[in-house]
Amino acid sequence: MLTPTYMDYSATTPVDKRVAEKMAKYLTMEGDFGNPASRSHFYGWQAEKAVDEARSQVASLVGADPREIVWTSGATESNNLAIKGIANFYHKRGKHIITLKTEHKAVLDTCRQLEREGFEVTYLEPLSNGLLDIKVFTNAIREDTILASIMHVNNEIGVIQDIQSIGDICRAHKIFFHVDAAQSVGKISIDLASLPVDLMSFSAHKIYGPKGMGALYVSRKPRVRLEAQMHGGGHERGMRSGTLATHQIVGMGEAFAIAKAEMLKEGKKIKQLRDRLLDGFSNMEEVVINGDIEQRVPGNLNISFNYVEGESLMMAISDVAVSSGSACTSASLEPSYVLRALGLSDELAHSSIRFSIGRYTTEKDVDDAIRLVREKVEKLRDLSPLWDMFKEGIDLSTVQWAAH
Amino acid sequence: MAYGKKVLDHYENPRNVGVLDKDANNVGTGMVGAPACGDVMRLQIQVNDKGVIEDAKFKTYGCGSAIASSSLLTEWVKGKTVDEASEIKNTEIVEELELPPVKIHCSVLAEDAIKAAISDLKSKAG
Repeated sequence: MLTPTYMDYSATTPVDKRVAEKMAKYLTMEGDFGNPASRSHFYGWQAEKAVDEARSQVASLVGADPREIVWTSGATESNNLAIKGIANFYHKRGKHIITLKTEHKAVLDTCRQLEREGFEVTYLEPLSNGLLDIKVFTNAIREDTILASIMHVNNEIGVIQDIQSIGDICRAHKIFFHVDAAQSVGKISIDLASLPVDLMSFSAHKIYGPKGMGALYVSRKPRVRLEAQMHGGGHERGMRSGTLATHQIVGMGEAFAIAKAEMLKEGKKIKQLRDRLLDGFSNMEEVVINGDIEQRVPGNLNISFNYVEGESLMMAISDVAVSSGSACTSASLEPSYVLRALGLSDELAHSSIRFSIGRYTTEKDVDDAIRLVREKVEKLRDLSPLWDMFKEGIDLSTVQWAAH
Repeated sequence: MAYGKKVLDHYENPRNVGVLDKDANNVGTGMVGAPACGDVMRLQIQVNDKGVIEDAKFKTYGCGSAIASSSLLTEWVKGKTVDEASEIKNTEIVEELELPPVKIHCSVLAEDAIKAAISDLKSKAG
């Protein structure tokens, strides 16, 4: 059986061979397996050197100082560290946090936890194109607001928030600004030397690095302090204890270095392929693109085929690996909370498919996917009573459904 | 979560997809579910004067398990009397299709659909 074509790069990416080769040098007896914190011998020094190099590689991609990079086990941990870290360190200044309804669960669930501990959180509604209205954001700021957390690029719909403007407002109101950049780093340019951002979360596995590895940018100028969430040894300037996983760190560094070198060229190619995919559906009836098409990361296409349920479409196009709603909510029966926050009707949210292409996607992959999707959408519409009703001119919003 | 073989089979080769004349006196139409839940089934049965279901058609908006549940039901009711058809339990569908727990509600909806079709038929006779 041929394996399906992979078009779910927003869920995860394969590790680049160059990255895997480098990582393998830090595992066995023949490699540099030492504990980077072993200051007294050769094995430790070798590992420490590799960690330092990787720290510079990560910092270099985002315009930061290497001392501003804290290693974590992934963007989820980075989000937890940033939000809980700020909240618990600065709670005497205030206990109000602002975020967006479309954030990743790593941010939303962390905020919910803080609410249980006595903090207040405002979850803002985005505009229907997924972008945050600056006026709405400014109006939500209170005397006791200490932190805003807004993601750079949304994992489901790929829209890019204007973090420059949001950051400027945060600075003016002396609020800490955290940005989850898991989906943006290495795909669009980030320059923390000039961006008014205090904390930024990074993930390795979204950019051809290993899973289980990430980092948190913590600004030194102006200085940001955090309450550590992992204790035990004081690693990473006391911000995140735990022996550093050299091979993982080296992998992340190498992935980020490759991204820095290839981002521009790769971005153009991916955008071309994504636009080709979109063109392939452009003359179909009742097709909706979810999220702003301009302010969008090159590889993402989140699209609803009305009157066809998303999971049945995914099963029908099982030769292409995609997702419907985010990976994190695939176990529940509810439609995507991100799409609902955009104001999408439940059935359009249930009918959505997210294609996310990447480094190894080819033109043939795209053409095959277009052919397959068109064929299956037609077949499923033939099976759909809602399509019949639409064709008969019935307005579905006026129907009395006999649901449980 | 790989898709079950029988579910895939019903999707690839659905039985009895289509439409019967909903205004005919010997046709019962059941429409259950809601787009908000991601599942809508329309099941129709055509009965002869002996009360035996001679034809059944369905259309479903929903996941593979929902499509398979309703397709299977149209297969099962053909040749049964209306009373026999109303005895079909969702658990039999679950067993036949090997539905995982998270998809049991699809079989429940299919059972609701046949009952709704029968109810519609009876309201015409009454």
